[in-house]
Amino acid sequence: MYAAAAAAVLIVMLMALIRALRGPTVFDRILAVNSFGTLTVVLIAVYGFLTDRPDFLDIALVYALINFIGTIAVTKYVQFANGDEPPVEHGEDV
Amino acid sequence: MELAVVIGMLFFMAAIALAIIWVRNLFAVTMLMGIYSLTAAALYVALDAVDVAFTEAAVGAGISTVLMLATLSLTKAEEKPFRSIQHPVSLAVVLVTGGVLIYGTLDMPAYGDPDAPIHQHVAPRYVQDSGQEVGPPNIVTSILASYRGYDTMGEVTVIFTAAAGVLMLIGRGRSGPGRRRKTWDYEDLEGDER
Repeated sequence: MYAAAAAAVLIVMLMALIRALRGPTVFDRILAVNSFGTLTVVLIAVYGFLTDRPDFLDIALVYALINFIGTIAVTKYVQFANGDEPPVEHGEDV
Repeated sequence: MELAVVIGMLFFMAAIALAIIWVRNLFAVTMLMGIYSLTAAALYVALDAVDVAFTEAAVGAGISTVLMLATLSLTKAEEKPFRSIQHPVSLAVVLVTGGVLIYGTLDMPAYGDPDAPIHQHVAPRYVQDSGQEVGPPNIVTSILASYRGYDTMGEVTVIFTAAAGVLMLIGRGRSGPGRRRKTWDYEDLEGDER
């Protein structure tokens, strides 16, 4: 059951990664990166139960905190970097 | 299944690294580098190197992202387009070096192999004798504080020097407020007197 959960999380991580790559706007990328981080936390937790070591849960909690700091920094940047407008993107990405 | 998870994370890291090279928007690159560090940290957790994983997550995903964004706010968010240079000789050198390195890994012991040299050298003594020789129940503590005491002292010296240097560089403006306010008062006084 944990294996199925891990596989599902990996698939969703792939989808978030694709959105982070293609995301036409900045906010798509921020959301994608944030959810990718959250999924990493979930993956660590599931992996802990998969390998019979639930103490990985503590590590997952710390990762959640770090992920939160990163997201706050990014949103602050978007808010203050280029005046009122979010950083402009030209569509020449992958 | 554990192997599949590790392979999946390695695949993500390769894909993100390629994307970092490919994407021109530096904001997107910063985001992707954050993801990369987080994935690397998760991989370290899966490989049982929890302390390295913590460092990677705190420094790579946390502080580095913040520093990159601070830098980005001072520059443009778009990489300057550059003319691609074709250099077959360099490509050949890189490919050969990479091939030799991969060939070198073939000799390495398998992951978790108890007969690997690193588990045969000093590790048994740490595991068996550190309780009597040093004392703390945590083996890592006795290694860091006693067996590698000089190494740890050197590391602490490096960190102290770095912190002192950063404080002298950045703190000048910050610790200045006390001083600067004084000069303001002084100048204001002068202005009033004039």
